[in-house]
Amino acid sequence: MALLEVSDLKTHFFTREGVVRAVDGISFSVERGRTLGIVGESGCGKSVTALSIMGLIPKPPAKIVGGSVLFEGRELTTLPEKELEDLRGREIAMIFQDPMTSLNPTLKIGTQITETIRRHYDVSTQDARKKAIELLEEVRIPRAVDRLDDYPHRFSGGMRQRVMIAIALSCDPKLLIADEPTTALDVTVQASVLDLLDDLRREHDMAMIIITHDMGVVAEAADDILVMYAGQVVEQAPVLELFDHPEHPYTEALLGALPQIEGEGIRQGRLTAIPGRPPDLINPPPACRFAPRCPYASANDACAEHMPELREIRSGHFVRSAHPASERAGARRPTGVGA
Amino acid sequence: MSANGAAPLLAVRDLSKWFPVRSGLLVERTVDHVKAVDGVSFDVAEGETLGLVGESGSGKSTTGYCILQLLKPTSGSIKFEGTELTSLGREQMRRMRRELQIVFQDPYSSLDPRMTVGDIVGEPLIVHGIGSKRDRRARVRELLDVVGFNPSFTNRYPHEFSGGQRQRIGIARALALSPKLIVCDEPVSALDVSIQAQILNLLKDLQRDFGLTYLFIAHDLAVVRSMSDRIAVMNQGRIVEIGPAEDVYTNPQDPYTQALLAAVPVPDPRAMKERKARRRQLRHALAEG
Repeated sequence: MALLEVSDLKTHFFTREGVVRAVDGISFSVERGRTLGIVGESGCGKSVTALSIMGLIPKPPAKIVGGSVLFEGRELTTLPEKELEDLRGREIAMIFQDPMTSLNPTLKIGTQITETIRRHYDVSTQDARKKAIELLEEVRIPRAVDRLDDYPHRFSGGMRQRVMIAIALSCDPKLLIADEPTTALDVTVQASVLDLLDDLRREHDMAMIIITHDMGVVAEAADDILVMYAGQVVEQAPVLELFDHPEHPYTEALLGALPQIEGEGIRQGRLTAIPGRPPDLINPPPACRFAPRCPYASANDACAEHMPELREIRSGHFVRSAHPASERAGARRPTGVGA
Repeated sequence: MSANGAAPLLAVRDLSKWFPVRSGLLVERTVDHVKAVDGVSFDVAEGETLGLVGESGSGKSTTGYCILQLLKPTSGSIKFEGTELTSLGREQMRRMRRELQIVFQDPYSSLDPRMTVGDIVGEPLIVHGIGSKRDRRARVRELLDVVGFNPSFTNRYPHEFSGGQRQRIGIARALALSPKLIVCDEPVSALDVSIQAQILNLLKDLQRDFGLTYLFIAHDLAVVRSMSDRIAVMNQGRIVEIGPAEDVYTNPQDPYTQALLAAVPVPDPRAMKERKARRRQLRHALAEG
């Protein structure tokens, strides 16, 4: 049994303008000890997916209108709030993009860590404090004992994200969801935070979901990758398979749109831009959601009439497109791949 | 410094910008300075792009603002086509601005929400008294067309458009006076990857078609690489390394540049394994050195 199993999850926002189908029938699973990368551009539904798993979507206007989230076989979407609260932090922890706003500026760092520990475990203040020091040391914050009595504003962005990670680890969760954990950080700080997360995941034997817009971040951090577009999963595969043989025209386009740091003719060359922009999720295209921007769609009317199914094109590699790379005219079938 | 021996379009020498740190209850006194830019020198030749890359607080944007005289430098010289900008009077600088323009990072806050697209793009023409009303309207449509923005939307307001479309409006406005130099200050960092590629391609096309010179400021090392002929790496107010883009990226000499380049996540899982090992090494070396 997978640690987390999401099936056909639908989270919609009921707004005055209409129903926004932010997450529209997505399925995936996370195995123990593995890292799943969810990648996509703004508005594709990747963060709403995470918040839906955690039961943290704002209700109203949002509502989970269908599907299920099974964590160790327990259904989370119907769990009473009280039980969800016990589970959050203890079994599933989450860190957010912006370490500046996720910490309370009026409370000392130590207070914020010990409060989580004492919420879930019956320990003395003294023991909780001892544990907090260990945690700060574990996330490699220098002079942990002294830093416990500092307020968040005394910490840099990278150090604050480390504090958030310490809080997330305080109850030894089985699953850590990291939503754009390094987006607000400078590139050298990002590297050290990603290295830290990698080490901690091994040491604590956690599973992790890392949500990001950055193909480079998933390339380094994830075992499996889910590409999202307009509220749906458009491609899913193990990391090497996805980067070696991207199938969906959107995944291919995303990779082509990325500027490279090494190679020939970079300065003279042009990037492969994707024309247009993602669809409005109140009135998404009736069939394939990528069709209006897809370079292969015009050749085939099917794209405008039928929503393509997410199908397994090779073992462990799923794609939702009528025109995957390996089925186009003149395509070379990748060889020597398998699960 | 330029390859053909011609005088550079822009020459910056020993540029510094210090911000005072004040303290005191009733009488504020300057107790210290933050040296945001600390002795920076470089040339930009006509038609080339100089990339200015660095992390937050490195002084790259402050350098750009000083060149445009949007901030007054503490010391140093900025020569544009041989004219010293730091000693120009207000009116002279105003006229000089026809040649020097800027594209800002955030297309959400840099466009006046109460002005129509047409007014935003046409405003520089009015300020500089160029053309009749009719000429200006024609010029605005032409500019919008050039940047790939539908000219029939001139009477709409910025909030009706996405980030990428707004950045096109900002670029059209910067082009209005046919400048020679455009400072691009993080022009794509607020945009999604697919839209970012559209804007970077547009900036390249405009440079080719109008012979523009860019000072391209960004924190994203891959973005800077794709745009620049030469690159200057900034750290704590200083340029630690400058040279042809290829040299700086493939054979970085400065330890900070090395660490910075090693830290970039690349979309290649196999290459990432090596990079991870290397960046850990470099981080230790930098921490100890």
